[in-house]
Parts: sequence; structure tokens; C-alpha cells
Amino acid sequence: MADLYTITDLRLSLADMTRKPLLGAAPRLEILKGLDFTIPKGAVVGIVGGSGSGKSTLGRALVRLLEPSGGSIRFDGTDITHLPEAELRPLRRRFQMIFQDPMSSLNPRHRVGRIIAEPMRLHGFDGVDARVARALDHVGLPQGFAGRYPHELSGGQRQRVGIARAIALAPDFILADEIVSGLDVSSQAQVLNLLEQLVADLGLTLAFISHDLSVIRRLCQRTIVLYQGAIVEDRATADLFSDPKAAYTRELLEAIPLPDPDQVWA
Amino acid sequence: MSFLSIRELSVRLKGGPPLLRRVSLDVAAGEVRGLVGESGAGKSMIGKAVLGILPGSVEVTGGEIRLDGVDLLALPPAERRRRIGATAALIPQDPLTALNPSRRIGGQITDRLVDILGWERGRAEARARELLAEVQIPEPERVLRNYPHELSGGMRQRILIASAFAAEPKLIVADEPTTALDVTVQKQILKLIAGMQARHGTALLFVTHDLGVVSKVCQSLSVLYAGMVVEDARVRDFFAAPKHAYSAALLAATPKYTDPMASLTPVPDAVIEAVRAEVAAADRGGHG
Repeated sequence: MADLYTITDLRLSLADMTRKPLLGAAPRLEILKGLDFTIPKGAVVGIVGGSGSGKSTLGRALVRLLEPSGGSIRFDGTDITHLPEAELRPLRRRFQMIFQDPMSSLNPRHRVGRIIAEPMRLHGFDGVDARVARALDHVGLPQGFAGRYPHELSGGQRQRVGIARAIALAPDFILADEIVSGLDVSSQAQVLNLLEQLVADLGLTLAFISHDLSVIRRLCQRTIVLYQGAIVEDRATADLFSDPKAAYTRELLEAIPLPDPDQVWA
Repeated sequence: MSFLSIRELSVRLKGGPPLLRRVSLDVAAGEVRGLVGESGAGKSMIGKAVLGILPGSVEVTGGEIRLDGVDLLALPPAERRRRIGATAALIPQDPLTALNPSRRIGGQITDRLVDILGWERGRAEARARELLAEVQIPEPERVLRNYPHELSGGMRQRILIASAFAAEPKLIVADEPTTALDVTVQKQILKLIAGMQARHGTALLFVTHDLGVVSKVCQSLSVLYAGMVVEDARVRDFFAAPKHAYSAALLAATPKYTDPMASLTPVPDAVIEAVRAEVAAADRGGHG
């Protein structure tokens, strides 16, 4: 299978404004410390790590919301590492993002129909109304929802709108950043099932960022474990769970409280 | 005898729908009871009712909350506040918003002891140092002089735990205390709360949406749906065989990496319909 993403020695540092002297430049804070991996077309890859591990930063670099400070990101053969915005724009349709908090990533003043339609208009799609209807259909929301505002929806429904907006553009790649962490277990299960279905039906490539290994276990064939900006393990998910190699992966696994009073949780 | 005993507690939005429907539950001295349910099920509302901090937009329409044998709802407000302040405390969900960002940690722990319980300042400060050591904060002297933003989320949560235990309350309401934390930090914090609770013999009402967490820290649990207790069980019995169809479905929806295919199953529509019908029947039968 061809690779959709090829990441080579990816580095990203940001100015540490908490330590900026009065005069002069702030020291750089290294967030990603030289990552190497590939994402094959059609793969569902989990990216897991604790807070501060750099998982969201990595996600944002993949969809070029952040510009790397070193290394390279190739997307379907094109080097997008330092591509200027004008040249990125036509590519942006092809890599979409679903955000963690659907309430703050959906415009509260717009109806759902417009929220889904707007990016399609920006990218010059025709037949937008029919596409909105199809997107709603794909995520299992009734057509009437196009006329509703985000605050009229439940958390799970809002997250479906976020998914509909992303898939409406017919992207090759979707980055999902902690998209179920704010949801109740039942909505969580529904959104995950939906995502699984969409990946299969639409032939999507998905990177799923989460701090929750149980969720990744269910959805992803491969898992990348990040710790302090470096990859400590990158393997098939089943192997990772049956025989974790990195000490940090074991620590993450052992910390998960299973719904089982007999679990040894020392 | 139960230290906290709630009987037929009903709460509603003023002039609106019921939020708690004749809730009854008991927490024995030194016991940990989990309050479980999806968002909007009323689990936090029970904690707030016990602590007398219900928002102004809701009202209690019936029932009793007995704390150490005394019905709080029958007391005049000033007496109720004094009694709750002397016997109960809260560990809140979000450690960042629960601490005043513009004040040092030390004062935020000692205030309650000095202003509400009338302790000498020196005694309160000594107690604060002792507590920070007990919640395993390194360099307590320095941390007492820190501002909240200088500490990590886990450290802030430790401070709120220390603060809750400061006046040796008999009952603590923990409202989703680890929801905002990483799994590894969550584990440390849960172990810390469980350890403190056992050492101090405190009764704990533990609000959470996570059945995994319940199985680790609680001895009993109440499962809520739409403000109604659908199941009240001992933890061991519950995880062996939940009795109510809704609680069984909630358990099946909980992620379990050891059994990925049998977990993360959405609650079936039929189960939701059945439990809604049960709620409606209870509303017709009782006083809502």
C-alpha cells in the first residue's frame, strides 16, 4: 500500500513566552523531537500520549495548522513542510480535522446546514445543498438538523456535525483530535462506530489522537505512543496491547481503570 | 447507621421539569458510594443538594437529607450552612477554576479553617503544611507560597484534596475529581483519595461517569437516569451482574481494552425507551 504521509525527522519548537527576557528572543521549547513514521493510504492510526506529550502538536503539524521547524512532511508525494498558505489552500480540502470540543469549533450563530456548507463553498464545490444532505445522512442525522443551531444539539450530535463537515469535502485524510473525550460512554461508542463505518465506506485514512488507550484498541490497527515529544513505540495495536515494549506504554496501560473490581491496580 | 441518608429527594427547575425524582440513598460512615450516570442524569445535583449549594434556579420539592441524623432541609438556612460547613466538604472537578488565580495557595487552604471554623491562624498554617505533606506534595513550604498557575493539574488537584480534608469532615463529595486529568495522573489521584478516605474514616460520595473508576474506589453505587435511581448496589454485585437493563447497557458501553469487541456498545434505543417509560410511570405515580 502506498503511503499517504511520510514523516521524516519531524521537529517543531515554539517560543517559550513564560521564559522570555524583557529584551531579546524567547528561548525555544522543543515540542516534537525528530519523529519518523508513515501513514499508509486507508490506515487507521492511533496516536496516544499523556498531556504535554506533543500529540496535538503533531496532529496540527500533519494538517499544517502549525509549521514544522525541521524535518519534512510529505503528503501524497508533495512536500508540505514549509508550503506557503496560497499553495496549501488547494491541498487543504484533502486533509481535514475534527476537533475535540464541538461546541467551540462550530459557529454558534450559524445553523448546522451552513456550518457544513461553508467549507465546500470556499473550495468551490457545486451542488452544495445536495452534498450537505448527503453528509448529514452519512453521519446519521435527520435532514431537519440542517436548520438547527449547535446549542440545540447534544454533545454526540454536535460531534457528528463536526464529522459531517469534514467528510463533506471528500478528503483523503482525517485527523480526529480527542473527539470522544468529552462525551458520555454511550455517545462515545456511537461516534466510534460511526467513524469506523465511514472509514470503511469512504475509504478514508484516519489519524485518531487520544489519551485513552481503550478507545484506540477498538478503532485503530496501528498505534504510535508519544512521550515527551518522541515516539517510544509504533506497532500494530494488537501487539502493543499483548506485549507492550516501552515502559511508558506499560505505565499507560496499567493506569487504565477497567470496569472490573478484580483488576490488579497497584 | 448511615452517616448520610437521603430519602425521596425531589428537585426541579423552578417552574420547570423535575431534575431529581425521589432519590434515596445511604452512605455509611467511612463508606465510598459512587454516583454514576450520563451527563444530565442529576449525579452532580445530588452532591450539590447535600452541600447546600444548589443553584438559585432550582428548588427542592420534597424529601429529606439527613446528615448525622439531622434533616438538613428542616433547619433554618444559617444553621444548615453551619452544620454542613462543620461536617462536609467538596473536592471539585476542575482544579483550575476552583482555585483563586490571584491568591497564593496557603491562604486558600487556611481561609476556611480561620473564617468558618474559627481556628487560630498559626494552627491553620501548621495544619496546611501537614496536609500538603500528607497529599505527597514535595516542598510544601514553597508550594504554600505558589500561585495556582505555577502548579500542574495533578498538583492543583492534590491541593484541593488537602483542602477538603483540612477540617476533618465526616463526609466529602468528590465531583468528577479526575475527569480533567491524564490516566497516569488519575491513578495517582484516585489512590490518594482512597488512601486519605480510609485513613481518616471519611464517608465519600463519589460523582463520576466512569464505571472503571467506580470499580476501583467505591464499595457501593447508585446508577441514575433522568434524576431517578435505577439501581442501588454493592460494587462487587453490580460488576458481577447488573440488575437494571439500563445499568447493564451502561456497563457494556464502557471501554474495556481487554475485551474490545464486547465493550463500547452504544446503549440500545429499546433500553432508553424502557427506562424513559419507567421515569414517566414514576412521575404519574408519585409527586414528581
